[in-house]
Amino acid sequence: MDGFDRVRRRLLDDFQKDFPLDPRPFRVIGERLGISEDEVLDLLCELQESGVVDRVGAVLEPGRAGASTLAAMRVPPEMLEGVAAFVSSFPEVNHNYQREHEINLWFVATAPTPQRLRAVLDAISYRTGIPVIELPLVEAFRLDLGFPLSWS
Amino acid sequence: MELSPRDLELLALLEDGLPLVPRPYAALGGRCGMDEAEVIARLRRLLEAGVIRRFGLILRHRRLGYRANAMVVWDVPDVRVREAARILCALPFVTLCYRRRRHPAWPYNLYCMIHGRERSPVLEQVDEATRAAGLEGLPRQVLFSRRCFKQTGARYFSTIRNSLREAADAAPGA
Repeated sequence: MDGFDRVRRRLLDDFQKDFPLDPRPFRVIGERLGISEDEVLDLLCELQESGVVDRVGAVLEPGRAGASTLAAMRVPPEMLEGVAAFVSSFPEVNHNYQREHEINLWFVATAPTPQRLRAVLDAISYRTGIPVIELPLVEAFRLDLGFPLSWS
Repeated sequence: MELSPRDLELLALLEDGLPLVPRPYAALGGRCGMDEAEVIARLRRLLEAGVIRRFGLILRHRRLGYRANAMVVWDVPDVRVREAARILCALPFVTLCYRRRRHPAWPYNLYCMIHGRERSPVLEQVDEATRAAGLEGLPRQVLFSRRCFKQTGARYFSTIRNSLREAADAAPGA
């Protein structure tokens, strides 16, 4: 984490939530960090290019809009690469990870309607011949309130 | 709160991220026929209503060196889930905590995520969490992530075009 200067840290720490709803949000951020609006924009572009920041965006409350579920598959190791690529090819799939377990492929799928979500999951199990284990959310106790960074 | 078609349009556009320009809300509005004030007012309302859980920078933790990422699951008697979750949420290293439906192939109902830079401290935190929440002796699994095949923001609404296209294709006479 050595390459991060103090301004970058504060930008990453302080604006994961409550992003300013001001016509000039980057100027507001700059005022708080003691840098100019242009410098904030440059820094964000750089952090996005290097892959640290995915985007400035909204995380939605599950169940309030659209449909989503966690899903898992037990994929034979020799098929993992291909099945993972097929699963990732759906725009509805946003996280897709290999985890160290016999049930080894874990992904989250979201869609505007439950019907569309159903169609995506059915297509995945039909085309791969592997059952999709659906693990829908029942209750969120703490869900993506931002990521607490420890700067060592 | 009922989402209007204009809210959905705005949320769909926002899935690509806020444009990094001096007046991003005006730019966003320009793509869906809203003025800047309407975009800001709608976002504020969606936040106040809790439809948007958080609005801000979305980071990729792997790029920040957090590579020991454990999903921890327990099979907890339903009556005890909330109390256990309350304790887990109070632990500073638990980043996500939720209850999911059990499945015959996966009988776990309580989930949490612990992100760290190294495995061994994460495993210690898993034990600490288990003890703190009184979950010793209950079935548990710790699944570290190995490869990330895809990580993008959730696309609830910008995929809606696909659904509309399919609906049109399926319509009689189409």
